[in-house]
Amino acid sequence: MTTSDTLEALAKAGIPAPEKPLLTVEKLTRVYGKRIGCADVSFDLWPGEVLAIVGESGSGKTTLLNCISSRLTPTCGTVHYRMRDGASADIYKMSEAERRYLMRTDWGFVHQNPIDGLRMTVSAGANVGERLMAVGNRHYGNIRGAAIEWLARVEIEEDRVDDQPRTFSGGMRQRLQIARNLVTEPRLVFMDEPTGGLDVSVQARLLDLLRGLVSDLGLAVIVVTHDLAVARLLSDRMIVMKEGRVIEAGLTDRVLDDPRAPYTQLLVSSILQV
Amino acid sequence: MNTLLVASEVKKTFVMHMRGGVELPVVANVSFSLKGGACAVLGGPSGVGKSSILKMLYGNYGCDGGQILVRHHGRHVDVASASPRLVLEIRRDTIGYVSQFLRAVPRVSALDVAAEPLLIRGVEREAAREQARGLFTELNLPEKLWSLPPATFSGGEQQRVNIARGFITDHPILLLDEPTASLDAANREVVIGLIASKKAEGAALLGIFHDTDVRNAVADHVIDVSAFAAGKAAA
Repeated sequence: MTTSDTLEALAKAGIPAPEKPLLTVEKLTRVYGKRIGCADVSFDLWPGEVLAIVGESGSGKTTLLNCISSRLTPTCGTVHYRMRDGASADIYKMSEAERRYLMRTDWGFVHQNPIDGLRMTVSAGANVGERLMAVGNRHYGNIRGAAIEWLARVEIEEDRVDDQPRTFSGGMRQRLQIARNLVTEPRLVFMDEPTGGLDVSVQARLLDLLRGLVSDLGLAVIVVTHDLAVARLLSDRMIVMKEGRVIEAGLTDRVLDDPRAPYTQLLVSSILQV
Repeated sequence: MNTLLVASEVKKTFVMHMRGGVELPVVANVSFSLKGGACAVLGGPSGVGKSSILKMLYGNYGCDGGQILVRHHGRHVDVASASPRLVLEIRRDTIGYVSQFLRAVPRVSALDVAAEPLLIRGVEREAAREQARGLFTELNLPEKLWSLPPATFSGGEQQRVNIARGFITDHPILLLDEPTASLDAANREVVIGLIASKKAEGAALLGIFHDTDVRNAVADHVIDVSAFAAGKAAA
């Protein structure tokens, strides 16, 4: 049963539908010439919900993430986002300026490689403060204060605020990138392999930090990962992709513990046990 | 008494695509109901499908047929066909589950692991931790462990963290998958006491207990799972 079926059933039973989806993706498709990037992907994302998109390299998960987050124009299909005023907007019908404003304020994007999401030659504090200035903050003291507070939340010592991220370790850079994204209190954050390339102990610390922030802030997250353990720890719901198509979707623990599709069974059975 | 859950004609078959699509029927025609203030026990030999039934009731396994109606927020909903979002809501407020093994989250302390179900419901952190401390004390979990992540705990210690996590809320339905398997006699008694107080509060419990003493102490009735064995139904 899909979410809309459930809502319909609720409506029939005379129960008002509670809240509305934050993001609605319909039949999203992106082709590269004759090759399929992703095809016919549809789902709803609810406020505060964490959705993992999993699949192996080349399965189309990053293409999908980029199409949803307006970083890559889809060939067809739509993405609707519920704005703060409650109105639903088609993100590909907005003006470029509106879309950019959305990405700087209400959305965040955490890249796998922090270099893609940070400015390496300005200070850690400025990396965080920059997003605040983009939304109109001008008071230096307030911005610096907010930056220090956010660095503390991602466990970066206050005395590193004036250091450039190129002097930071990989794990610290990733935490800084998260602070930079969350400082504007977005409602939706996209993450592309946020723990890829980190040592396992650093990865565990980052995952724990993310779990805490997601639940404290009530963030909705779409996280792309090839690591099923990361998906299990972070997400409520999961989409499994292969060759650009969704082959299984559902509650994360159900997809992992009771996989249906042959490909999902193969993925789950390929996890190394420690 | 109040009927809180009705399972009817629930069916589960695994299709093993890694083994050429072989079908592994587990259970079929699973039908029973759970009433508030009572503890039912799933009986039958190992491998007969007891855990699978618990997992279907919790939404962890999908059902291949049938209905699992539960009273949730004053109305009846079907776990078997519920959307992921509804299943999560049912787990938060209506159906609790004590699994056999703890799935440890790195870096999270035992205290916070046990307090989490209350935090999800919006209880303030310190109040939730206080309740977790109370349960840990009752379950004789050494205080020096409370602030440590449970990954390195012994089986019995992990199980007590898991029990505290399961019993900390007032879910009207509570599923127990061998909650006493790795406990010593004294702590088994504590769990028997916890189950008795849940019953007194009106909760419906459903458990798997291989330990005969525990089963005899808590069971109001036994549901014989061999009667639902899928092979039998097909014959």
